[in-house]
Amino acid sequence: MSGLFSFHGGLKTVRHKAESNQEAIRTSVLPRRLTVPLRQHIGAIAKPLVQAGDRVLKGQMIGQPDGYISAAIHAPTSGVVTAVDQRPVPHPSGLPDWCVTIDSDGEERWIEREPVDYRRLHPSELRNLLRNAGVVGLGGAAFPSAVKLNLSGHCEHLETLILNGAECEPWITCDDRLMRERAAEIVAGLHVMAHLLEPREVLIGVEDDKPEAIAAMTAACAGTGYAVRAVPTRYPSGSVKQLVRLLTGKETPVDGLPIDVGVQCFNVATAYTVHRAVEYGEPVISRIVTLTGHVNQPRNLEALLGTPFAELVAQCGGYRDGVERLIMGGPMMGFALHSDEVPVTKATNCILAAGVAELAPEQPVMPCIRCGACVEVCPADLLPQQLYWHARAKEFDKAQDYHLFSCIECGCCSYVCPSHIPLVQYYRYAKNEIWAQEKEKQKAELARQRHQARQERLEREKQEREAKLRQKAPPRTEPVAEQPSIETAVARTKAAPAPAPAPAPAPTLVTAVEIDQQTD
Amino acid sequence: MFVAVMALGVLAGASGLLLGFAAVRFRVEGDPIVEKIDAILPQTQCGQCGFAGCRPYAEAIAAGEADINQCPPGGEGGIVALAELLGRDPKPLNPENGAEKPKMVAVIDEQNCIGCTLCIQACPVDAILGAAKHMHTIIAKECTGCELCLAPCPVDCIQMVPIAQTISTWKWTYPTAAMRTQSPAEASVT
Repeated sequence: MSGLFSFHGGLKTVRHKAESNQEAIRTSVLPRRLTVPLRQHIGAIAKPLVQAGDRVLKGQMIGQPDGYISAAIHAPTSGVVTAVDQRPVPHPSGLPDWCVTIDSDGEERWIEREPVDYRRLHPSELRNLLRNAGVVGLGGAAFPSAVKLNLSGHCEHLETLILNGAECEPWITCDDRLMRERAAEIVAGLHVMAHLLEPREVLIGVEDDKPEAIAAMTAACAGTGYAVRAVPTRYPSGSVKQLVRLLTGKETPVDGLPIDVGVQCFNVATAYTVHRAVEYGEPVISRIVTLTGHVNQPRNLEALLGTPFAELVAQCGGYRDGVERLIMGGPMMGFALHSDEVPVTKATNCILAAGVAELAPEQPVMPCIRCGACVEVCPADLLPQQLYWHARAKEFDKAQDYHLFSCIECGCCSYVCPSHIPLVQYYRYAKNEIWAQEKEKQKAELARQRHQARQERLEREKQEREAKLRQKAPPRTEPVAEQPSIETAVARTKAAPAPAPAPAPAPTLVTAVEIDQQTD
Repeated sequence: MFVAVMALGVLAGASGLLLGFAAVRFRVEGDPIVEKIDAILPQTQCGQCGFAGCRPYAEAIAAGEADINQCPPGGEGGIVALAELLGRDPKPLNPENGAEKPKMVAVIDEQNCIGCTLCIQACPVDAILGAAKHMHTIIAKECTGCELCLAPCPVDCIQMVPIAQTISTWKWTYPTAAMRTQSPAEASVT
């Protein structure tokens, strides 16, 4: 029944799952102050709906989706908005972004919650409900789910709906615990997704190092026709294109999406929030975060969005000695944080306090020896060393010829590189440069159009002015008639003896007479 | 003999018609190389190259009247792209035309603006909004940073400020880890 396929490359990484997956999910303590970023998703930043001084209720929308690819942001608890300004957020740059700061009143007063019967709603209404509930992919990318739940324009009929519970990154266990403890709710959310997408089959992919989660999900799926598939523990099996390949054998096209081959994929935690939004009318205001590594009691916490990382760490017994770096996400694809005073967002699946042992030791970078180890592990079937040469030489068009944008930045190539070349950093750099150049080009094109429009306008105005002058002036001073007379006048003044101060009026007189004669 | 002459004559006639048709049907409007050069130029319309805008400069390059290293906003990248397009060797930016600067945007100190409209007339991309005796302001999104509005301002209330980096404009930098040669013993594979 398994019918599993395989993807190229990948790695057997260290797992480190047992540290944090032994204990049940705990609800984190309500923080006194929450900083809720308005950009917690891919797409346009949400438009703030509140200002400093406003009272908000738990679950009240404080940020409105701006455009199609955007998501709503809600107040995670009741309280008073103290500021809408730029604050530090979890981002590799360490730059601040727009946030709504809420001082909680400790009462946790909810808005009016309205459960709906999704079977009776029109698909577009249901999608709108999810959009307004701020449902985004909770696997880490935070792409607005309502967009992915709309097939129109992609394919007429969905073949396979995949629920991603692979959780292939080392250390992270939030999906594992969620599947063990709330499998029924995940499946209830899956029903809603299946209702919208009407797939021919529904598959749930879980890595086989999570037998408890597989058992729980299988039990919850009994009688639904959804199949739970154990996939081999091989990083990055949880990456969308790789999981699609594993479960269906279909290859997602370059520059394409799984939907182009009739497959759509969601994270298990996303299904859970869909269920909460539909059955309870609760928007996404919390998520499960794995706290692990060098903390005293590694565990999973259900944290309100906007809770500072430092408070969550404190609830796990604080840092152990020897923390070198704080990482959001896993050690393979996560990024180092500049501070632990940043808030939990919808993309925060894991906070890893990494010590020296967890970090790859900083090795001196050596020249590439073209050993090809990176090619063997690349799950996207790329040639990482070619990409490296071209990215390093800033030959971006050539890097694109080698499908730079198919790179999922999984880090397998850097992991195996015997020369310790930070390959992924080169790819990220190249991608960012290409995007920046693209933006520059668009800006230049806009400037070109505006400049051209201005030139045309100036030309038009000049002509209009001339036309007006022509209209106003008496017919006899018509430029056509005037031209020869001026010339003759100039010729005459030139022909006239130089030291003659008086001849000026004379020629004009002559021209006037000439014009009279001509018009006559 | 007659048949051969006839055959060649008909062939020549047919070819002539075909060529004549092609000349009309597939006529190339304008000089495509100018378009290509213009597409590389940054469209700041600043005139630092000595021409009245990017397009006149592109035309001058195409006509061989101007060199490819006269555009400071395009910088080194622009020169390299032009060199590649035209099959020439890249050369450093001509210092007579100015130096490559970080991207800037003009900002009007609205307190001091007297509403003279001189900057509006100078702006090559209509990025300044205002009316006579009313305060002016710059549409930052449209501003190309050409600095042409600075000189006409009689009260010197326009300043160029660097564009601040935000989360959406932030970029991963070029990896700086220094490559260093090592003895093979040190470079053991982990």
